[in-house]
Amino acid sequence: MSALLSLFAISLSAILAENFILVKFLGICPFMGVSKKTDTALGMGLAVIFVMALASAATWAVNEFLLVRLGLEYMQTVVFILVIAALVQFVEMFLQKALPALYQALGIYLPLITTNCAVLGVALLNIQNSYTFIEAVIYGVTGGVGFTLAIVLFSSVRERLEDCDCPKAFRGFPLALIAAGLLALSFMGFSGFKVF
Amino acid sequence: MNFKKQLKEGLLTNNPVLSQLLGMCSTMAITTTLFNGIGMGLSVTIILICSNVVISALRKIIPDKIRIAAYIVVIAGFVTMVDLLLKAYVPALSDSLGVFIPLIVVNCIILGRAEAFASKHGVLAAAVDGLTQGIGYTAALVLMCVIRELLGSGTFGKGVLGADGVRILPAQYPALLVILPVGGFLTLGCLIALTQWVNRRLAEKEQEKEAVK
Repeated sequence: MSALLSLFAISLSAILAENFILVKFLGICPFMGVSKKTDTALGMGLAVIFVMALASAATWAVNEFLLVRLGLEYMQTVVFILVIAALVQFVEMFLQKALPALYQALGIYLPLITTNCAVLGVALLNIQNSYTFIEAVIYGVTGGVGFTLAIVLFSSVRERLEDCDCPKAFRGFPLALIAAGLLALSFMGFSGFKVF
Repeated sequence: MNFKKQLKEGLLTNNPVLSQLLGMCSTMAITTTLFNGIGMGLSVTIILICSNVVISALRKIIPDKIRIAAYIVVIAGFVTMVDLLLKAYVPALSDSLGVFIPLIVVNCIILGRAEAFASKHGVLAAAVDGLTQGIGYTAALVLMCVIRELLGSGTFGKGVLGADGVRILPAQYPALLVILPVGGFLTLGCLIALTQWVNRRLAEKEQEKEAVK
């Protein structure tokens, strides 16, 4: 029971109180880059959930069975980024062959994910928090869900920002950042929120 | 002198953070004290120079198809070195930057400069580009830090000038909000708006000059 409760706590904090984008500042580039339309934002979000879950599982296993056994923990950064890059490439090829429909929807976002700091971030945080395998995978999935929530919410805000009248210097990017700030402000309401 | 032009580009007209809009995660996440900002800025500058030099030296050897993977491995190697050095000699900085040091690997500035500049130019030019872009990044971080620290905790130079820095605003005035994530988004938004305004002004002036000619 307590194990289930701790998984629940990890999920809630990853989605709301410790949201990857709005509280931890991981994955800002895709958040800003792919949030102009709600459907592309949703596609990116789903691809990120998928890759973060796989990456959490793969890097946890590589760390536990390879790096720790061989005493090579200092190679984590290099090995993890290679594992993630290989994984993304593999997922792309697999989807193209096996699920062409899904590939059509997610394909263009996959290469971008290699350099998404949320993915490398989740791999490193799993190790830092010394999560078990199940906890790591749950953290990966729910971290991705938090990412999707933020990017979808933000894209619908942004669609409205497009045609608002504001000072020239603020048009486009700066205004989007300020809107994201206000979104972050609303997510602050969840901080200090504990399940235990 | 070419260096002067590149420096101006790095600092203002083509600043990696404020004009190219790269590497925003770290810019917003760690700029709460001057100590963090300078530490992060210097680390990225060193990594940027090293990776630019190596990638530029190897640019004819690396096959085009796997170049991104090769760049990432080179960058990850240097990031690991800096990470280990900081852990050994400046543990305080390593603690306060936390996961953002290893995350320099996926900082788009470094990969961006490798792809846009180092892979097309000679070693010396790439080193200069690394230095000027690094200075631009550091300047943007320091600016963010000074503003956020002043408005958020009312001090200047926390960690650099003594553990608590120099108090400028009395303790009851600062708005904690500014050093929370929200403040990061708002400060960066305003700074980018300011840069766009300045750059537009500069472009207009140059046009006027040419019109007079």
